Amino acid sequence: MFLKEILELLENDARLTPKQIAAMLDMEEETVAGMIKELEEKKVILGYFTFVNWDKVGAENVSALIEVKISPQREVGFDAVAERVYRFPEVKTVRLVSGAYDLVVIVEGKTLKEVANFVAQKLASLENVLSTTTHFVLKTYKHQGTIVEDGEEDRRLMITP
Amino acid sequence: MKTPRSWQDRINPSVKEIPFSGIRRFFDLVSEMQGVISLGVGEPDFVTPWHIREACVYSLEKGYTMYTSNKGMLELREEIARYLVDTYRVSFDPRNEILITVGVSEGLDLALRTILCPGDEVLVPEPSYVSYIPVTRLAGACPVPLKTSVENGFVVTAGMVEKAVTNRTKVLILCYPNNPTGATIDRQHLLEIAEVVKKHDLLVVSDEIYDRLTYNGEHTCVSALPGMRDRTILLNGFSKSYAMTGWRVGYAAGNPDFISAMTKIHQYTMLCAPITAQAAALEALKNGRSGMKRMVEQYNRRRRLLLQGFREMGLPCFEPRGAFYAFPDISITGMSSEEFAQELLREEKVAVVPGNAFGDQGEGFIRCSYAASVEDLTEALRRMSSFLRRRKNCGKILTAFFPGKGLKKEGIYQTL
Repeated sequence: MFLKEILELLENDARLTPKQIAAMLDMEEETVAGMIKELEEKKVILGYFTFVNWDKVGAENVSALIEVKISPQREVGFDAVAERVYRFPEVKTVRLVSGAYDLVVIVEGKTLKEVANFVAQKLASLENVLSTTTHFVLKTYKHQGTIVEDGEEDRRLMITP
Repeated sequence: MKTPRSWQDRINPSVKEIPFSGIRRFFDLVSEMQGVISLGVGEPDFVTPWHIREACVYSLEKGYTMYTSNKGMLELREEIARYLVDTYRVSFDPRNEILITVGVSEGLDLALRTILCPGDEVLVPEPSYVSYIPVTRLAGACPVPLKTSVENGFVVTAGMVEKAVTNRTKVLILCYPNNPTGATIDRQHLLEIAEVVKKHDLLVVSDEIYDRLTYNGEHTCVSALPGMRDRTILLNGFSKSYAMTGWRVGYAAGNPDFISAMTKIHQYTMLCAPITAQAAALEALKNGRSGMKRMVEQYNRRRRLLLQGFREMGLPCFEPRGAFYAFPDISITGMSSEEFAQELLREEKVAVVPGNAFGDQGEGFIRCSYAASVEDLTEALRRMSSFLRRRKNCGKILTAFFPGKGLKKEGIYQTL
C-alpha cells in the first residue's frame, strides 16, 4: 500500500525522512522505513542524487548527447553493445530509442577535447557501432522536472486573509 | 466662502465605522522583517498551472482585449454549468442563472446588496472570513454572529440558526469548507439547517470557494440539497482550487430573477469581469482538473504533516478537513491570539494570523496556512515547537487562576 506514493514523494525530494513521509501519508513511521529499505534492497530505489547547478560555482564541465547507430547481435539484440557502452564511467546515461538511431548516450568530461577524444577513440571504434553524431550541450534549461534558472520564487504577500 | 470640512468629516459614517481588517495591522509588522517563514498566507503557494497561463497569453495574442457580456463569456458560463452538473448534480441555465464576477468577493457584495434593506439581519458564522460582516454593514444591514466553537467542530447547527432567527432575518451565510478553521459541514447538518431555512423563508448565500479542497468525505453543495436550489445563491470561483487568486474571477449561480438583479449592480459598477481572466478560467475548467487534483493531494499531505507537528509539540488542534488552514488552540500558553502571533513573529520569525482577526470566537486560536512548501512547514514547526517549550509553563500558572475554564479545556484536549 502507498508504494507509489512513497516513491513519488522521494523522487521529488530525497531528503524527506520516513517520519515526514509517514505523517504525509497517514502511516506508521516504522512501516515507511521498512518499505523504503525493502525498495532499496529490491533495487526499486537505485540511488539518491543531488541536482547541482555547477555553473554557479564556476565548474567547467562539458557534456554531450550522442546519437549512436549500432547493429544488433544475434541472441542479445542491442543489450550487449549497450553494455559495452555503459561500462565506461564517462558515460552518464544510455537509452535505447526508436527512430533514426538506436542509442542516446550522454557523456560528461572536463573539456570539450576530452569528450571528443572519448567519442572518437572509445565509442565510435567499438565493434558493432556503425556511426555516431555528437551534440555538445550548450545550456540546460530544465532537468528532472526542475527549472535551472531561479524561476518562480514566492511572490505572495506575507499575510493575506 | 465656507470653511472646508476635513476629509474625515466627509467620509460616509457607515464606511468610517468599518474597522480595517485585523490582518492589516499584523501585515505591517511582518513586512518590516527579514527571514520570516509565513504561514499567514490565504492563498495557494502554487503558481497558476502553466497551461492556464499559456492559454491566457494566447488569448492576448489573438486580441481578446475587449468587454465581454455583462454576465461573462457564455462559453465560460456553459463550462461552469457543466461542472456543477457533473460534480453536484445541480443544473443551472448558463444563459440566465450564472453570473461571472470579479472573484467571490464581488459575488458576495452583489448578492447581499441585492437582498438587503436597512435593518435586515444576516446570520454570519463566526469565526469566518473577514469580509462577511463589513459587506453586510455596507449594505445597511445588521450582521448577527452564529458563534461556533471547537466543541462543536466549528460548524453551524440548525439549532443555532433557529435560535438566532428574528422576523428581520433575511439571509444565512454558509462558508464551508471554512476559512480560518478548516471545518467542513456534512450533508446531515446541512439538511437540518435547510429545514430551518425553509421554515423561516430565508435565503442562503453559500460561499463554496474551497469546495474542491475537501480531504475527508465529499463536499456537499448547498444548492444541490432538496428544495434548496431556489433558496440559495451559490458563490464559487477559481482562486483556491486552481491557484488563481490574482486573476480575480468567480461566479454566482441562482434563481434567474435574482441573478438578473445582481447583474444590474454588476453592470453599473464592474461592467464585466476581465476577459483575460475569463479566458484563463475557461482553460482551467476545460483542462485543469487533473492538475488541480494533484495540488489538492499535496495540500492533504502537508495538512497531515502540520497536524502531526502540532500533536508532537502538544498544541491542541481541531482536525481541519478542508481549505488549507489549521486552527490550533493556543490558550495553554495563557497568551491572547495577538500576543502569541506577535511574540512568535518576534522571537522565531514565523508569521501566523491571530484567530481574533476572524471574529471574537477566534480568540485563543491562530490560523496557520499549510499552503507552504514541506521545507518551510518543517522549519516553521521546529521554530514553533521551541517557542512553545518556552511559553507553555507560563500558561499552566495562568490557568490555575481560572480553574473552571482550565478544567473544561483539559477535557477537550483529551478528546482531540
